[in-house]
Amino acid sequence: MSDAPILSVRDLRKVYRVGDVDVHALRGVDLDIARGEFVSIIGPSGSGKSTLFHILGGLTPPTSGSVTMDGHDLLAMSDRQRTDLRKRTVGFVFQKYNLLPTLTALDNIRIAQYIARRTATEDPHFGDVLKLLGIDKRLHHKPRALSGGEQQRVAIARAIVNRPAILLADEPTGNLDTENSSAVLNLLRDLNERLGQTILMITHNPEAASYGHRIVSMRDGRVVHAAA
Amino acid sequence: MLSTLAIGVQVCMILTLEGLSHGMLEDQAQRSRGIGADIVIRASTATFLSLGEAFTDKYLPLFVRKQRHVVLATGALVRPTGPLTTVTGLDLPEFERMSGSFRFLAGGIYRKPDDVIVDEYYARQYHLRVGDTMQMLNRRWRVSGIFEQGKIARLIVPLGLLQDLTSNTGKINVIYVKLDNPAHTQEVIESLRAGMENFKIYSMEELQSLYTVKNVPMLPEFTGVVIGLGVVVGFLVVFLSMYTAVLERTREIGVLKALGASPGFVLNVLVRETTLLAVLGSALGILLTYGTRWLIMTFWPGSLIQAIVPEWWPIAAGIAIAGALLGAAWPGLKAARQDAIEALSYE
Repeated sequence: MSDAPILSVRDLRKVYRVGDVDVHALRGVDLDIARGEFVSIIGPSGSGKSTLFHILGGLTPPTSGSVTMDGHDLLAMSDRQRTDLRKRTVGFVFQKYNLLPTLTALDNIRIAQYIARRTATEDPHFGDVLKLLGIDKRLHHKPRALSGGEQQRVAIARAIVNRPAILLADEPTGNLDTENSSAVLNLLRDLNERLGQTILMITHNPEAASYGHRIVSMRDGRVVHAAA
Repeated sequence: MLSTLAIGVQVCMILTLEGLSHGMLEDQAQRSRGIGADIVIRASTATFLSLGEAFTDKYLPLFVRKQRHVVLATGALVRPTGPLTTVTGLDLPEFERMSGSFRFLAGGIYRKPDDVIVDEYYARQYHLRVGDTMQMLNRRWRVSGIFEQGKIARLIVPLGLLQDLTSNTGKINVIYVKLDNPAHTQEVIESLRAGMENFKIYSMEELQSLYTVKNVPMLPEFTGVVIGLGVVVGFLVVFLSMYTAVLERTREIGVLKALGASPGFVLNVLVRETTLLAVLGSALGILLTYGTRWLIMTFWPGSLIQAIVPEWWPIAAGIAIAGALLGAAWPGLKAARQDAIEALSYE
């Protein structure tokens, strides 16, 4: 793990306009994540963790503050630049897997490479990652033929295929049973430990959060506690 | 799937209409060729598709047959029996001397006053066999023979009988003229025109050349309107199905955007998908055209003839693809601009 932060967030604020009312989703978040770190963000519904996830993933712009990710200033980015950021710098894992139902597992992974204009030959060791994820023999199946745990492992493979600087996981075990949840969390920890993948995981489950090196608690749009 | 079918129906509609136009004109031309005449004389009110009012048959002995180079001239009376069918009265022995014998597939020429001969298409459409009876001109007729199609008409009765039944005694509305040598056609036409000023006189070649879609009054306009309707209907169906498809795939579009797909990428995916659907739909439409031809030629060959017109395939496909792309443009642009977070939360 390197000491240089790969993600640095300072006084991050996000205000949504809902009708005539301003909703303050983030009220000044400060957060540093070191390269190779596995951080869990925990908090109740409405604490602002999903908004933070969307801003860090370049899916929505912040209102004010600063976010520096792998040397990129997110606040200064245009829509097009945020789109480029999602291609290579950030990988997403969602609670509902979000695989494309008409594509096979392999094509779901390849489409991420295609969008990022990378080729399968650029990373000859990716086959080892697929073995690590335990999906190397399920690649030609469509999502409907895969279990929830397998689908989430395909989603993880898709998220890291372009070697992103940071992997953002939003409730990755939210739709899984206990056994599959443990398997996915162990895999995330393996990816972090073996490949040095930086991971930021959002969860409301304290047991899942404990897999990270560090747990950051959020409430009412603020970081209220950070513990190793 | 629904879009492909809708585009297929649109293409089929255009091609079937064009096929009917071409088929019916070609059938008319083929039956004219089967007459074997060199010159055709009609009333001044005739068009190349309708024979106009009846006129006295005295022109035949008094003028036409006396012309130099004329070896044979015979008259015919054509009367409508329905919206798309006519009956032709012929002096059959005289006509056969001009065009050769009818080739009967069953039975033979009429022997009795209530006998009628019909061509194979008419017999097929109305399930007629030799000896069957049919109702026409307020009386019953007996089918005495079924002849091979391509010879002047579908329903033929004795000329004198038809003249009497339709209050046209001594009248005909067309004269067919056979010359000793077709090379004299123009010379004879000039001579005929000098004595029959109020008549339309064509060489058979000239008449054949008139059997094109462009020469049928209002047909090109009608075809244009139907094609326009086809485009509008196809456009609406494709538009709605693309709009529904985009709505159904909102979450997938959100996933693509989360993976870094630009609006251009999303639009490109939808455009390529639409083009593929339109090409498949066009191919399906062409295949369906063979189906409509089979249906028409099986159930209504006596009234309608449909041709396959390959030169219209690229035109119909072009119209379908353009309509589909236009129909997909708005939902495609909407999808491309969709907010990724909203799209990902779509249920």
